[in-house]
Amino acid sequence: MPVAADLVGRSYPAPAPLEVTAERVRAFAAALGHDSSYDDVPPTFPIVLAFDAMQAFLDAEQVDLHRIVHGEQRFTYERPLRVGDRLSATLVVRTVRSLGVADVIGTASEIVDADGALVCTGTATLVHGGGE
Amino acid sequence: MSRLSAGDVLPRQVFEISRADLVAYAEASGDHNPIHQDEEVARSVGLPGVIAHGMLTLGLVGRAVQEWTGGAEVVELGAKFVSPVVVPADAPATLAVEGTVKDVADGLVTLALDVRSGDTKVLGMPRAVLRVDPAGRSEG
Repeated sequence: MPVAADLVGRSYPAPAPLEVTAERVRAFAAALGHDSSYDDVPPTFPIVLAFDAMQAFLDAEQVDLHRIVHGEQRFTYERPLRVGDRLSATLVVRTVRSLGVADVIGTASEIVDADGALVCTGTATLVHGGGE
Repeated sequence: MSRLSAGDVLPRQVFEISRADLVAYAEASGDHNPIHQDEEVARSVGLPGVIAHGMLTLGLVGRAVQEWTGGAEVVELGAKFVSPVVVPADAPATLAVEGTVKDVADGLVTLALDVRSGDTKVLGMPRAVLRVDPAGRSEG
């Protein structure tokens, strides 16, 4: 199913804020192979919340996750993430391009803290296509 | 490490990615896309087999960057996922991360990165920018 170009400009909030707990951060860092002495928040950790926002977008537009391949991801950070942060994200569809066999969806997710201050922005390209 | 200067070549870092690592990353990140777990689903959407999460690859690059810089604050991190990292069931994939210091200006260090699995370049236009505190951790 093609993704409609009229989605451009629509926004999709992640359904719930993400509590940056020591436990979550530890599990994420361990999955990247950091040893237990590492006590920062890995810079790619905000993908956990950006993924929730993306899932909200996919659910709303009835796109199956397994037909999505991540084409590009970039983060810019206003400040480091910290344990204790309570983060919220909203994804905005910026571009939809059809390549015939696939649609390439450009998105931006702003991630803000409990005070509403911008913490980081994630831009992602999602490639939708393949299979039946 | 000592202060970073333009042109510095950073030590190559090599990581292994096994199917068990994909399971652990899926759990920790919440990304349970079956193309990272299930051979049949991966092939059904035209992939050569189970592939690593792009964000696991980028996360390992983030780890390499943090190890090179002693945990310097990351200001930008990103890449295009130009070729999948295929993870066979019976042997881990390898990921080799090479970096050089491209530019140092205004307290920011920009790294040039080359990230490969086997001979295949898997990240396009990778970019990492770090903030270096003159008296801070990047000196560590």
